Amino acid sequence: MPSGHAVGVRLAPWLAIALLSLPVASGLAGVIAPAFGWLPALGGNALTLVHWQALLQAPGLGRMVQLSYVTGLASALLSLSIVVLFLGAFMHTRLFTAVRRLLSPLLAVPHAAAAIGLAFLLAPSGLLSRSLSPWLTGWQYPPDILFPGDPHGLALIAGLVIKEVPFLLLMSLAALPQCQASERLCMARALGYGPLSAFLKAVLPGLYPLLRLPIYAVIAFASSTVDVALILGPTTPPTLSVAVLRWLNDPDLTMRFMASAGALLQLVVTLAALASWWLAERLVRQLMRGWLENGRRRSGDMLLGGVALSAVSLSVLLILGSLIGLILWSLAAYWPFPQALPQPPTLRNWMGAAAGLGDPLFQAAVIGLAATALSIVLVVGALEAETLHERPIRPGAQLILYLPLLVPPVAFLFGLVMMQVQLGVAPGLSVVILGHAIFVLPYVFLSLAESYRRLDPRWAHLARSLGAGPARVFWRMRLPMLSVPLLTAAAVGFAVSIGQYLPTLLLGAGRISTITTEAVSLASGGDRRLTAVYALWQLALPALGFALALGLPRLLFRRRSGLLTPV
Amino acid sequence: MDPLILDDIRIALDGAPLLGIDTVIAPGDVLTVMGPSGVGKSTLLAYIAGFLSPAFQARGRVLLGSRELTRLPAEARRVGLLFQDPLLFPHLSVGGNLAFGMAASGSRRQRRQRVAAALAEIGLEGFADRDPATLSGGQRSRVALMRVLLSSPRAMLLDEPFSKLDAALRGEMRQLVFQRIRQEGLPALMVTHDAADAEAAGGAVIELEP
Repeated sequence: MPSGHAVGVRLAPWLAIALLSLPVASGLAGVIAPAFGWLPALGGNALTLVHWQALLQAPGLGRMVQLSYVTGLASALLSLSIVVLFLGAFMHTRLFTAVRRLLSPLLAVPHAAAAIGLAFLLAPSGLLSRSLSPWLTGWQYPPDILFPGDPHGLALIAGLVIKEVPFLLLMSLAALPQCQASERLCMARALGYGPLSAFLKAVLPGLYPLLRLPIYAVIAFASSTVDVALILGPTTPPTLSVAVLRWLNDPDLTMRFMASAGALLQLVVTLAALASWWLAERLVRQLMRGWLENGRRRSGDMLLGGVALSAVSLSVLLILGSLIGLILWSLAAYWPFPQALPQPPTLRNWMGAAAGLGDPLFQAAVIGLAATALSIVLVVGALEAETLHERPIRPGAQLILYLPLLVPPVAFLFGLVMMQVQLGVAPGLSVVILGHAIFVLPYVFLSLAESYRRLDPRWAHLARSLGAGPARVFWRMRLPMLSVPLLTAAAVGFAVSIGQYLPTLLLGAGRISTITTEAVSLASGGDRRLTAVYALWQLALPALGFALALGLPRLLFRRRSGLLTPV
Repeated sequence: MDPLILDDIRIALDGAPLLGIDTVIAPGDVLTVMGPSGVGKSTLLAYIAGFLSPAFQARGRVLLGSRELTRLPAEARRVGLLFQDPLLFPHLSVGGNLAFGMAASGSRRQRRQRVAAALAEIGLEGFADRDPATLSGGQRSRVALMRVLLSSPRAMLLDEPFSKLDAALRGEMRQLVFQRIRQEGLPALMVTHDAADAEAAGGAVIELEP
């Protein structure tokens, strides 16, 4: 009889592929039929184009499409520029090491919490304008500016950028050794190139291909985000994804046909944004060919280095300012403009919220733990299979991994809901957990794969030659040796799950509320104090996860110090 | 102990022949294989130990006496490995490292006694509960050697075992390793760059050519 290890290793890669691709594929199928009028459960029995006509006549549709398309591309371009300039200007400096340490905690901040914090910081009556008023601005009352929620989506773009910069930086850190960045940089510097020119001309051409999929994921996310757009985006009209969600939640059930068509249109918009980026990539490559070889060794190094430093400091300051704003608001009672600090601070908001917080926190934790556990099992199984067969991952598998990050969730989750309705599957906790796992698994994989693959094969050879079979090598050698990266991957997965808004909302049919769904719906209301408390709790869960992932090994392995330094 | 027989082994990479060897190593003898980098020395060790990457094609048989190893999984071959790094498992104590390779038989107390006795043999009494990261380089190498011996191997493969030690330690470890190999009567194959290793081993030398 084959051992559990052997069966697990055989099954895990297929289960992972199924979890990533089946919901996306069936979700897309499930959205196409109702878009053309076919959904018997709601009385749609004939194929028709009337729902598309209705969609095209929806007021402001062109503006919605434009908003989604532009925010997607603009936030990706800004994030990438900041990351590239930062890497170029600071790769071999102490600042780089410092930022590297900040990355994981920054990445753990849920999108919604960051967006709420940013809104509280930059609003006309926000922390920034308070700290500048009235001594600098002369404002005695908050100025009458629509921000966040400005019609051009600038607040939305800013909110996306501060979350995408840490993500792209983290992906670059994994990719830099793969393209021998350090060697390339030293070589170019030795040939007389300034630091930034050396990076742009010698490292970036090798780094960019490795960053392509993460960048596409950023574009897809930014062009179709719902929670960030609900908090920071314009309202009349909103972005397309938010509009789709509104139509779906319309009490008139026949609106669901139009919502399906809208979800399909969202897919088209995201694909169009991706295609535009791809075309721009080719164009830039053509244009840059001569520039790469022109022998110029310092093209504005000082200037661009300054730009890089200010852009990165601005991102960090925005995040810190958002956090301080959240804390102050959670402690505020009466806080008239332009006072910079609430006086006196009070814990009343925290006490008042306590009664309602228990259940959403518990639900979020249960869903997060279950989705993370499922993802870890599948990812470890898939990586173990790869290790045993000594076969590198195929490019197709890489694409499947990114599938849930490239297809707009609003499109395929929506299709899953339609199928749920048609098949009569009851929405509930298990469906929501599976829905979260679709998004958690890719991040767990990306976080764990490097460590798993880099583990020196001689360890396994040694253990085998000492008489341990593959199962014993896995349980007694590989897993314990990888416990630190495993805990980090679990913390990343948990943070991703806590951040999920749409899967909880759609697959739970509004019956399951987590700290995130509560925080987002509070944010669109008017109560800043309560919203701040919820946003801080939303932030606390993943922060706790990371604290455990970093602290537990130091406690458990204090007498196994070899485990704490990377092998 | 039985001799280690390498019966007409030929290894190729993508169809291009890499190396060939046909020899018998008597119990207690150390055969040294030398040659420049990239000639396939480590590939030969991987084939004998059972870890040849699927990128290579190999034919020929590896036998220990009359027992053929070629079709056995690595864990059933009982071929001990020593690398240039001691590779003590960081998640286990020094004693745990030694116990990892021991046969599962015996009570917990008996196993602990065997570990303690083995540590005493290499001058590390009372080190069983220590964190391997706190050991000196020489101590680690000795533990690594003892871990292999406690797994009761039938043959030894040495992959540049002394190349990372400093000069003083190197002489000491050479003496210890070769003495134990002779004492246990193990046939051994050593891959090295260093002619002094071959000299200290005192056995036959094969030069692989590119």
